[in-house]
Amino acid sequence: MAKQHRVVWDGNMAASQAMRQAQIDVVAAYPITPSTPIVQNYSQFVADGEVEGEFVMVESEHSAMSACVGAAAGGGRVATATSSQGYALMVEVIYQASGMRLPIVMNVVNRALAAPLNIHGDHSDMYLGRDAGWINLVANNPQEAYDLCLCAFKIAEDMRVRLPVAVNQDGFLVSHTAEVGEHLEDADAYGFVGDYTAHNPMLDPAKPVTYGAQTEGEWHYEHKMRQNYALVNAVPVVEEVLKAYSQLSGRDYAPVECYQTEDADELIICMGSVVGTTTMTVDRLRKAGRKVGMVAIRLWRPFPKEALAAAIKNAKSIAVLDRSCPMGTTGALYNETAAVMVENDKSANLINYIYGLGGRDTTTEHLEGIFDDAAECTKAGKRVKPIIQTINLRGKSLSFYE
Amino acid sequence: MTEEHLLKGWEEFEAGALLFSFEGDPSQRKFHENNSIHHSVADWRVLKPVFNEELCIHCQFCWVFCPDTSIIPKDKKFGEIDYVHCKGCGICSDVCPTNPKSLVMFANQTPIEEALRNWPAKDEKKKENSDG
Repeated sequence: MAKQHRVVWDGNMAASQAMRQAQIDVVAAYPITPSTPIVQNYSQFVADGEVEGEFVMVESEHSAMSACVGAAAGGGRVATATSSQGYALMVEVIYQASGMRLPIVMNVVNRALAAPLNIHGDHSDMYLGRDAGWINLVANNPQEAYDLCLCAFKIAEDMRVRLPVAVNQDGFLVSHTAEVGEHLEDADAYGFVGDYTAHNPMLDPAKPVTYGAQTEGEWHYEHKMRQNYALVNAVPVVEEVLKAYSQLSGRDYAPVECYQTEDADELIICMGSVVGTTTMTVDRLRKAGRKVGMVAIRLWRPFPKEALAAAIKNAKSIAVLDRSCPMGTTGALYNETAAVMVENDKSANLINYIYGLGGRDTTTEHLEGIFDDAAECTKAGKRVKPIIQTINLRGKSLSFYE
Repeated sequence: MTEEHLLKGWEEFEAGALLFSFEGDPSQRKFHENNSIHHSVADWRVLKPVFNEELCIHCQFCWVFCPDTSIIPKDKKFGEIDYVHCKGCGICSDVCPTNPKSLVMFANQTPIEEALRNWPAKDEKKKENSDG
């Protein structure tokens, strides 16, 4: 295992330090709360001569991702960071990045989408990019924001993958929460990420190439399916990279993280900073003799269907937490879970909670309440709760789909 | 576009929908089947430029300004117009400095001989070497 250094970093600093260590050729970014410090820290590294790559200050996030696409097509290692409205403005170009198979790394500090305007954390932006063809990793604390950012370069640039990777972390609860963590020495971190290998770069005059060609009816479907093939089959590569990183750092990661699931009757499935709070809640309830557990989704896209099926196989009741308003249906993570259950003939009581919108607090008490709901379903042997419930919402009790 | 290319399966395309210009060494000018050289855009054109050899001074402005490299030079002189790729934008005619112009836009269906017979006369109001 490599030598490590103890530091106190918040999620933004952790991500920017990983970017520094990866020796990126081009970073093009436009700062937006709560990811601003990533861009600010990185520009400081540039100003201090700590990184050799270019830093391009652009006039919008659409331009930031456009510059990233150009630089990556040109043949360089490329990264950026954004949040919320900035992410929304990038959306047109994030589809271009994945469609052109450009291994760009983006730190997404998750924040609510307007209206109403809100700078605090939820997963609206991550869900907005759900079908954009990017690999999406979820970091639940600053340590993970550092580790997964390094892994992201290695996953994206793998010749079996060559797809962009977003590393998500919750706005403020991760991005601005300073915690004790460990980081690798520069040489070890860079040694893990490795030198960048350009694939069909536009700046190679010996092999002129067109990026961004139009494909009408004859080709479009074939190209999109080829892209999806690469994305779906990236799961084992992600596992391989996480395993290699674990050998280097001693920190274990998996596409689906299981906590006390083996004998659990009730499970919470969730992503993001709530994972830490849920772990505490599980510990507390376990002490009281309750058979509860948690499944945390580390890899949001490509969705780790097999690993989730294995994680939930013994559960009697499952509560799925979505930190984004599903606007007219059930939450996206609930839908994924329901699909995995159907595909595996798994029956369990399945309930959905929409929580934490716009940075609303979710505490161990709220999570205990969710485990209580699930336990009631287990006891009754059927779902006795509405399909969607809300947590810590002011006003009359609100639920959907009784 | 070859029939074979149109029948390609999803796994046979270059990832990222990339298109290469050449097969092998670019200096050998073996154009890839995806290269635009094989694709006619002549039907985009409403007007076409017609060249009048007797008036041309071979300044090559048209070659410099043509956005589709459809003015093909020969020995540093005007060579020919690539009517397969010319989209009829008229920039070549616009930048032509002779009086009357050596490149004039005619309706696409006008035969070249007819165009040459109907060439515009010298513009007497236009001052020699004026840039207006």
